[in-house]
Amino acid sequence: MSPNGRQLLSGDNAIALAALHAGVALGTGYPGTPSTEILESFSEIGGKAQWSPNEKVALEVGIGVAFGGARSLVTMKHVGLNVAADPLFTAAYTGVSGGLVIVSADDPGMASSQNEQDNRRYAVAAGVPMLEPSDSQEAYDFTLAAFEISERWKMPVILRVTTRVCHSYTVVRRGEPNGTARPPDFVRDIRGRVMIPANARPAHKRLRQKLADIQDGGDTAKFNRLVPGGKELGIITSGISFMHAREAAPDASVLKLGFTHPLPMRQIAEFVKSVERCVVVEEGDPYLVDAIRAAGIIVEGKPEMYRFGELDVSRVRRILDRNLSPEAMKPPGKPPQLCDACQYRLVFTALRERNCIVAGDIGCYTLGVLPPFEAIDSCVCMGASLGVGLGLRHVLPPEQARRVVSVIGDSTFVHSGISGLVEMVYNPPPDGHVLIILDNATTAMTGHQEHPGTGRKLDHEPTNKLVLEDLARSLGIKSVHVIEPRAGTGDFEKLLDDCLASHELCVIIARRPCILIVKRLRGLEQAEQERKECSCPPN
Amino acid sequence: MSAQLTNVVVAGIGGQGVLTASDILADVAMRAGFDVKKSEIKGMSQRGGSVSSEVRFGEAVFSPMVSPGEADFLLVLEPTQVEPNLYILKPGGRLITPDAVDAGKLANRKSLNVALLGALSAHLPLPEAQWLEALREAFPPDFSEHNRQAFLTGRASQARSERVECL
Repeated sequence: MSPNGRQLLSGDNAIALAALHAGVALGTGYPGTPSTEILESFSEIGGKAQWSPNEKVALEVGIGVAFGGARSLVTMKHVGLNVAADPLFTAAYTGVSGGLVIVSADDPGMASSQNEQDNRRYAVAAGVPMLEPSDSQEAYDFTLAAFEISERWKMPVILRVTTRVCHSYTVVRRGEPNGTARPPDFVRDIRGRVMIPANARPAHKRLRQKLADIQDGGDTAKFNRLVPGGKELGIITSGISFMHAREAAPDASVLKLGFTHPLPMRQIAEFVKSVERCVVVEEGDPYLVDAIRAAGIIVEGKPEMYRFGELDVSRVRRILDRNLSPEAMKPPGKPPQLCDACQYRLVFTALRERNCIVAGDIGCYTLGVLPPFEAIDSCVCMGASLGVGLGLRHVLPPEQARRVVSVIGDSTFVHSGISGLVEMVYNPPPDGHVLIILDNATTAMTGHQEHPGTGRKLDHEPTNKLVLEDLARSLGIKSVHVIEPRAGTGDFEKLLDDCLASHELCVIIARRPCILIVKRLRGLEQAEQERKECSCPPN
Repeated sequence: MSAQLTNVVVAGIGGQGVLTASDILADVAMRAGFDVKKSEIKGMSQRGGSVSSEVRFGEAVFSPMVSPGEADFLLVLEPTQVEPNLYILKPGGRLITPDAVDAGKLANRKSLNVALLGALSAHLPLPEAQWLEALREAFPPDFSEHNRQAFLTGRASQARSERVECL
């Protein structure tokens, strides 16, 4: 940090710092680019943070924390909110006591994601307030404010960020810690918290009333900034698009929305009236423009071609110029690939050689789709390898069905593959099925985070360990194999052939730590060993 | 406004120290009192893919991203990455590649990123003392001298006539 209190922080770091200053009692989440660094950073600077098996559980734990009156931060990437949507929608009804802030880190342009869904839609669908910072300073300020809003209105708040906000470093002037002094305490509220229909019906009405009150009240105004400029051009924008717009059109009047649900329609209407031409500049879906038009306000949106990918200054200039000419393609960079020494290269080679039909999953091993392997036939979402593989097995002609294999990593398996494995036991395909769990003892793709199967917590301290083979056997699968894949031995290939020919339900756990964490693992194991030796009872 | 901004793009492949180099540059610019924004795309880059990081500094920076054709400087650590990144350099912008320094003069091949920063530094309005201070803080003491030497080697490699005299 520089002497005058200015600090260059990423958006993720700024959210973590604000969470610390807000007195967050527990941060939960599941790793996912671009959100991962929030909890890691929160833990490093002294906050209590933990990875959950998946985002649904993370949010449920967060709701419990907030029901107990404490402040809770729950982080995830955009697709994680799909997993956590179930608790989100009903937590909007129950409301909370302690502040509950859910960070949805969206990835327009798909730097590292399977889709570019726009989670601003979730705030509308679930009926929760949403704040959208445009740089690290706002990420810090809005996180602090989000806790206050959550407690004032007793409802969860979504802090919606995007890759460029999460991973850009901008100058932050930090404030002082202002955490709640309120000690956690359980207060019984059966009608408010137990969502049986008789309680949920009035709860839904309360929720809609709160949203109407927020929209009518002056609460949202301080998050929405008017940048005065010329009358010829007005721009309504939010998030990172604001920064691009300021640079693309320095003379325009700008209404920068920080509070993007519920929208301040009166403020928007006044702004639109004050300018001759008003363009809505937003990344992703036409969320703002549709809502503004639905309110009967006439504004110009962006052409459909700019719905795809990230915006930048030059694309915003094109939007303002109504330029529909084809955009220059960026030359392709070098694509990522499985590490040269990755132990799982031989798995994909073996699958390819056997012409297997491979239902794949999310993680490093998705890279098995690239040359020279081209050994993955589907990748949909976390845990889908199980269900998709089973569906294929059920309907394909036997000659094809017998070649279907599901491939999943250890962290992804724990995240949402377990239910798929239960499905495999419950509804076995006629010729059985083969599941390969590539257990590299870490969540590799997002930067090597721990998960329940590693036996270590977020801060790498030891905890109870989920043993994958025990779990599979306890579900009733008889053919469970643990093997270390080694090139040149043919062991893995033989096991795969046996399993494919057996027509039974088989689970192969191919286990070897990711080569990138071997050194770290050795250090952790050594430290644990030393601790054990030290804690022996004295003679 | 962009006339008052300096736009630098650092590119290479995963593991070459692209992000470290851009961290140091951003740090120096901040020490020198500028507004700074630095943007990068992580994620898939961790598996040996292309990495690039963009640093912008000046009186006031809005967008953290450098638009195509607007980079004043393009620093490329890996020769194969020159071609895919040239689109971002403005006409007349300066390309700095590993050829800028004599690799034989580096005590440690890994400090190429710092040596190229040294070459870049000769063209930027940022004081040498602040560069050296930022470098000292960026690396563990064991690597400090290597990196200092690498930086100075790179800085000296640029023709004096082209250098920017510092504040």
